[in-house]
Amino acid sequence: MSILVLAEHHDGQLADATAHVVAAAQAIGGDIDVLVAGQDVAAVAEAAAKLDGVSKVRVADSETFAHLLAEPTADLLVALADDYSHVLAAASTTGKNVLPRLAALKDVAQISEIIAVESGDTFKRPIYAGNAIATVQSEDALKVITVRSTAFDAVGQGGSAAIEPVEASIDNSLSSFVGEELAKSDRPELGAARVVISGGRGMGSGENFKILDNIADKLGAAIGASRAAVDAGFVPNDMQVGQTGKIVAPDLYIAVGISGAIQHLAGMKDSKVIVAINKDEEAPIFQVADYGLVADLFEAIPELDSKL
Amino acid sequence: MKVLVAVKRVIDYNVKIRVKPDGSDVDLTNVKMAMNPFCEIAVEEAVRLKEKGVATEVVAVTVGPKAAQEQLRTALALGADRAIHVESDERVESLGAAKALAKVVEKEAPQLVILGKQAIDSDNNQTGQMLAALTGMAQGTFASEVEVEGETLKVIREIDGGLQTVSLKLPAVVTTDLRLNEPRYAKLPDIMKAKKKPMDVMTPADLGVEVASRLKLVKVEPPAERQGGVKVGSVDELVDKLKNEAKVIS
Ligand SMILES: Cc1cc2nc3c(=O)[nH]c(=O)nc-3n(C[C@H](O)[C@H](O)[C@H](O)COP(=O)(O)OP(=O)(O)OC[C@H]3O[C@@H](n4cnc5c(N)ncnc54)[C@H](O)[C@@H]3O)c2cc1C
Ligand SMILES: Nc1ncnc2c1ncn2[C@@H]1O[C@H](COP(=O)(O)O)[C@@H](O)[C@H]1O
Repeated sequence: MSILVLAEHHDGQLADATAHVVAAAQAIGGDIDVLVAGQDVAAVAEAAAKLDGVSKVRVADSETFAHLLAEPTADLLVALADDYSHVLAAASTTGKNVLPRLAALKDVAQISEIIAVESGDTFKRPIYAGNAIATVQSEDALKVITVRSTAFDAVGQGGSAAIEPVEASIDNSLSSFVGEELAKSDRPELGAARVVISGGRGMGSGENFKILDNIADKLGAAIGASRAAVDAGFVPNDMQVGQTGKIVAPDLYIAVGISGAIQHLAGMKDSKVIVAINKDEEAPIFQVADYGLVADLFEAIPELDSKL
Repeated sequence: MKVLVAVKRVIDYNVKIRVKPDGSDVDLTNVKMAMNPFCEIAVEEAVRLKEKGVATEVVAVTVGPKAAQEQLRTALALGADRAIHVESDERVESLGAAKALAKVVEKEAPQLVILGKQAIDSDNNQTGQMLAALTGMAQGTFASEVEVEGETLKVIREIDGGLQTVSLKLPAVVTTDLRLNEPRYAKLPDIMKAKKKPMDVMTPADLGVEVASRLKLVKVEPPAERQGGVKVGSVDELVDKLKNEAKVIS
């Protein structure tokens, strides 16, 4: 088997997710190549070459691939896919955007967001907001797969793979990049943080979210949110944790003023330790919490801050 | 311009499913079904485009069993002008749905196709992207804002790091994210009127496609249950447990 992993990168840096996807590729077994597509991505390619288990890094460095728009990136993958039995990417917004397009162009099904590898053609994935785990088998010649990063431990960085350019002339007249508004934060990335503290509708306002900052600083935590908090405009969309937001599985997840709807639980119930702070003792979040504190968050949070 | 909206019949989002004891699938007998929430957002966006005078006709389409006509009627009640039912009792997944939708696109030649970003049953998040690929169209996935600007479509997309704006050549495919709009409820008179709106029924064979999933469902099992935890009486006790019992903070 030979596997192509589409590298995820931001701001000229290889994203953590890629090391997790390579781990999933290792679980499948076989030769693993990493494709780095983008513009000015030499540093990304070097970082990818260091990942354990990677045989070769293929680099498509061109303006066409800047921002990894789906149309040209899928065409590039189509041009390369015949060399491979599997194409993998993280189940990030990039992977989710690009890979189904590749799959359809190759007339194969896509297997979304796998959490375990049973064999080269059989995988486990959550369905119904994680309330069931399906084992699915693909008989397609090419397996196109997105990987839930939190389900696979990242590979190490002791590798030294060869780096070679990809010659492919792809153009894109369908779509163009206009701009982006990226959240800037000194905090760890939500998907990769060891501790996550999330606020829900109970926070009451965007201003009130600031009371989580000190605790996040002390614990080195990322800050997340429920959909209700995002919809209410308290915080931006990239902070949403859940079935249709980010999936997190930190060592410690602290849910503050969050009721625990199944769509929220889908995004955080694989956390190692869950703490819930909610004034309603009947809130469903307490059913998954290891430690539940029934309290008004506006009293409990400042106190917690002072005691850490 | 004509707008095509794809809607899927799924389990109601409030229902917690159960896995069948034989592990063959989830148990959907007597479970409340509804339009996929992201499809409601798709219908709403199409109807708003019509109300703004941008869209001239809104056509709702589904691929699925007879009962899925309920969801088409809902779309008609919400403001779609007519509906197309591609009837199939097979287990249809994203690729099969996209193939049937691509044939409908060929016949109808819409300028814009709007789908949900994700069906909350399979959680696939694939169909819109696949449809775009099969029809050679551009795709604006996970949209939180859509604007027709002459021959192009501006789409603001919700991405992991924030928001991205792209410009797409029309015709194009859009998939909806949660912040695109807040769907309305159907009013009783509109529900009555919807019964009289036209609905075309056809089969995948009529369209010359196969829709049955090629992925074999080997087994479905419940997720590992979390052990129920404890309630702590105070912030002090919480900090103590986290330090000394769970050892996740120091
Ligand atoms: C298609 C679809 C997709 C969805 N995807 C997601 C998703 O990805 N992520 C997600 O989170 N949700 C998602 N949802 C929404 C989900 O169903 C819930 O509506 C949402 O999670 C509720 O957010 P919440 O817990 O913050 O708000 P609420 O349910 O309103 O809960 C607020 C909680 O705060 C508590 N509270 C209030 N004031 C205080 C106080 N002073 N001190 C302590 N506690 C207080 C209350 O007791 C209550 O339990 C989705 C829904 C749909 C239909
Ligand atoms: N069988 C179907 N019939 C009509 N539309 C569908 C069907 N399956 C998926 N879709 C559309 O594709 C979206 C995403 O579904 P999926 O990619 O399968 O998660 C849904 O919100 C629908 O808009």
